[in-house]
Amino acid sequence: MDFKELFTIAMGAILINNFIFSQFLGICPFMGVSKSTDTASGMGLAVTFVMGLASAVCWPINHFILEPNGLVFMQTIVYILVIASLVQFIEMFLQKSMPSLYTALGVYLPLITTNCAVLGVVLQNTQNGYGFVSSVVYGVTGGIGFLLAIYLFAAVREKLEFSECPKAFEGFPLALVTAGLLALSFMGFSGLKIFG
Amino acid sequence: MNFKQQFKEGLLTQNPVTVQLLGMCSVMAITTSFFNGIGMGLSVLVILTLSNIFIAALRKIIPNKIRIACFIVVIATFVTVVDLILQAFVPALAESLGVFIPLIVVNCIILGRAEGYSSKNGVVASAIDGICQGLGYTVILIVMCVVRELLGAGKFGGGILNGGEGVELFSNHFAALGMALPVGGFLTLACVIATMQYFLSKPKKSEKKEEVAK
Repeated sequence: MDFKELFTIAMGAILINNFIFSQFLGICPFMGVSKSTDTASGMGLAVTFVMGLASAVCWPINHFILEPNGLVFMQTIVYILVIASLVQFIEMFLQKSMPSLYTALGVYLPLITTNCAVLGVVLQNTQNGYGFVSSVVYGVTGGIGFLLAIYLFAAVREKLEFSECPKAFEGFPLALVTAGLLALSFMGFSGLKIFG
Repeated sequence: MNFKQQFKEGLLTQNPVTVQLLGMCSVMAITTSFFNGIGMGLSVLVILTLSNIFIAALRKIIPNKIRIACFIVVIATFVTVVDLILQAFVPALAESLGVFIPLIVVNCIILGRAEGYSSKNGVVASAIDGICQGLGYTVILIVMCVVRELLGAGKFGGGILNGGEGVELFSNHFAALGMALPVGGFLTLACVIATMQYFLSKPKKSEKKEEVAK
């Protein structure tokens, strides 16, 4: 596996095509779980882990089971079932072996199933025809991009709590404007060219 | 069943996007042209109505403990059907919506209505609920598309009118390109939700009169 190619995939997923700010994947948890930096970083780490694992599990399923049998049209159903059961397993595993982390993540863990970033990354791996290593790298770095975005956003949002704004914009619309400004700054990366 | 009440809830007071704040990924991602907005809105409307009907019909059979997994399988089936139909008959739309068609599976609106409404109500009421909520979603998509297209490219009806080019209302030298980029998605949705909050939080005329009478 070419190191250059992996580096390009990684940088693309973290900065240039950030899952939140340029692809709009995973907005629901991004808006819902970003009230404080602690929960935001916990959610970001959990999502990173699930995205990496889902990429690693779905690649062999697609490559060795779906493709040889001509079942590619079943992709969406199979992938979402794999993700749902994966999240369930992780939940049970954490509950047994790491109860402190389990209680810290709380309700956010099952919510990862309906995070479109996870299903999105798996579908994109298939669409782009990535190999096993590239898929895992794309999954993990996509998750890191999500972590970066949600952490920055939560840090800004903590300060916004006490600021004054027009009444109609209070709460959610103000958060959206903040996210828009962050997206604007991430647009600066879109001109970034790696290795010519 | 009170059809009028459900219709009003879907479009205004319980609008899935602007009041319940569900399914925002697709709202911001695909609202770059009029054609995309209508296509996506109708796809969600069809899937939501069908899955609502099925889940309402099966609500007594589905075991409570694994209901979420069952809902997701029902939804994923309809999403696959719609995805294949679009690829076969409207390939241009399937291409421009891309990954967001299969992602309807994890669109919170559909799972939210399954959990919150159709698993507790009858088939007919759930079907009406699906149509009304789907319409509410479609209307917001169309508003977003019109605003973003007009400000971002100076056009109206891209993808349908004028051979797919859209009607040019003013030269795109004066257009704000940012509105067509991700930033525009966030800002437009913020303004749409703020407008809704403003009008919904205003006390109604009859309530005002009562206050005056007091």
